[in-house]
Amino acid sequence: MAVSTSPADLSAALVLQPVAALDWLVILPVAWCIGIGAVLMMVRHKGFLQPLIAVAALAVLVGLDAVLLWHVAQSGPVTMVMGRWLPPFGIAFTVDLTGALFALTAAVVALVGAIAAIDDINASGRRYGFYPFLMLLMAGVSGAFLTGDIFNLYVWFEVLLISSFGLLVLGSEREQIDGAVKYGFLNLVATTLFLIATGYLYGIFGTLNMADIARKAPDLRDTAPLVTLTGFYILAFAMKAAAFPVNFWLPASYHTPRIVVSALFAGLLTKVGIYALIRVSVMLFPFEREQLSLVIAVVAVLTMLTGALGSLAQTDTRRLLGYLVISGIGAMLAGIAIGGADAIGGAIFYALHSMLVMTALYLAAGLAARLGGGFSLINLGGLYRDHPLFTALSLMLFFAVSGLPPFSGFWPKVMLVKSALDSGAGWLAGALLLAGFLTMIATGRVFLLAYWRPAQEGSATGQAVLPPMALLPLLVLTTLSVLIGLFPETLLALIKSAALTLDEPSAYLNSVFPAGSAP
Amino acid sequence: MEPVFAVLTGIFLSFAVYLLLSKFIIRMLLGVAILGNAVNLLIFTSGRIMREVPPVIGAGLDVPAGPTANPLPQALILTAIVISFSFFAFLLVLSWRAYSGLGTDNTDAMRVAEPDDVQPPPLGY
Repeated sequence: MAVSTSPADLSAALVLQPVAALDWLVILPVAWCIGIGAVLMMVRHKGFLQPLIAVAALAVLVGLDAVLLWHVAQSGPVTMVMGRWLPPFGIAFTVDLTGALFALTAAVVALVGAIAAIDDINASGRRYGFYPFLMLLMAGVSGAFLTGDIFNLYVWFEVLLISSFGLLVLGSEREQIDGAVKYGFLNLVATTLFLIATGYLYGIFGTLNMADIARKAPDLRDTAPLVTLTGFYILAFAMKAAAFPVNFWLPASYHTPRIVVSALFAGLLTKVGIYALIRVSVMLFPFEREQLSLVIAVVAVLTMLTGALGSLAQTDTRRLLGYLVISGIGAMLAGIAIGGADAIGGAIFYALHSMLVMTALYLAAGLAARLGGGFSLINLGGLYRDHPLFTALSLMLFFAVSGLPPFSGFWPKVMLVKSALDSGAGWLAGALLLAGFLTMIATGRVFLLAYWRPAQEGSATGQAVLPPMALLPLLVLTTLSVLIGLFPETLLALIKSAALTLDEPSAYLNSVFPAGSAP
Repeated sequence: MEPVFAVLTGIFLSFAVYLLLSKFIIRMLLGVAILGNAVNLLIFTSGRIMREVPPVIGAGLDVPAGPTANPLPQALILTAIVISFSFFAFLLVLSWRAYSGLGTDNTDAMRVAEPDDVQPPPLGY
């Protein structure tokens, strides 16, 4: 190594210009969530203050993410490095359209969840820290979507995992402890697999910066076991995303906590796994993904079908929805298996749709339980007669999750089926349609039994009327789903260019390493 | 040096997997503890091992005079140790709660959240 003389030329190692004001937005969502989480921790005995601060803070977070999305859409991927060290030495936060879209949707889901929690989480739940955990969960989720460093991604996974443990055991019912044991152990194994893969990646590449990895991968392809490495990553993220053979932690635990917690988990957690899978397999290792595409496709079909069939067999509405979450993950995996900008766009669109709709469905199941006195399809009934507005909203969500027009689930399904047919994988397209059909049957039966059927004689009854506030979260999410279904053009354009950036990441690389800068 | 560590990592990993496959939570906890250490060793070995030269830059120099030990894996391992230790602590408390609340540490017998005598949904009305 050459020894240079002092004074050193720092411009090769450090960022010397001050960071542009708008670029601070890259780190702000994470810092904001951690800061507010700490504030909420300090006031955790003031039960009435908690929701006020949290809802206001999450509304600000939605604003921050929206401005960030606008900034990224205007000027391409944005990078900020920690401690002024130039990449690949400093930890880089790099936001492209995919990350910004996911972060914005996650913030919307969290805001709606925080509003729904005003009703659902009681004083003891607030004292034990529902809102601080929610803010830290959002810090982990936002960090995972915005970071450009693969070890940093692991750290955010752990942040969101430990917050999700806190949320999952809130209340300490026996079911929750039982579910949390299975959730805890299996998710720990999944993140450890991720860490193992990252250890190997560091051994091969000597770098952890995603742009640097994407840049160096073509040269190492002939000598290093990159397909094995990608297989490791796919296994780890498939486990986080609840893909078929490694998904049994999800139906074991998602129905145990408070319904708002289930709704937030369904909206946020598995989609972080899908996002990481897209990021690693599409952007970092596209050739290896190509080689493994048949494996991913088979996993996708099995996930879709077992999820849909599993939901048909459930009596508990929450467990039924858990299987629908899994079925949706299969559809996103199908997009990743097909590859190419169109299919990846379909997978991203499906993930965004699924975040909104699955959260709404869990909230709807919670309201149905409050009105009908339980989650069991055997006892529920008569909701249509007494609560027409709630029934209409639920029906729209059932159509949305089955992929019927004019709701948000329709367009991603069209994109996925079309790209499956274009790539000659007719069986994959058939599986997508079959899974949609089975989902329709499962949700249709919920509608038939819980809503349409007259109220059951002698079964427990719930509240007679809902306060209008309780319907607000559901109304917001359903409206979003309908609006996306009716006017998909803007979102579609954004998603298409997001998928193009992932497929051909030169803009991403340029943002981290501006033209001419040496590694 | 690396091959010895690679074999050691393999032994650690196989012990961890064997213990994690057990039905009893207490063994799974031991497996988790060993798994964390196995991964730390793996990262350490991935960074290549060099014992004698600490990564300290001498006076009056801007870069080290020769190859030094790699400090980055140590930073990564430090992060991983903190995380795996806190997870182990959480899982330990959770397992204790499960044992005192459910009266068993056999995962086969933990069927509170997923009872096996659920009625199927009605076929019609």
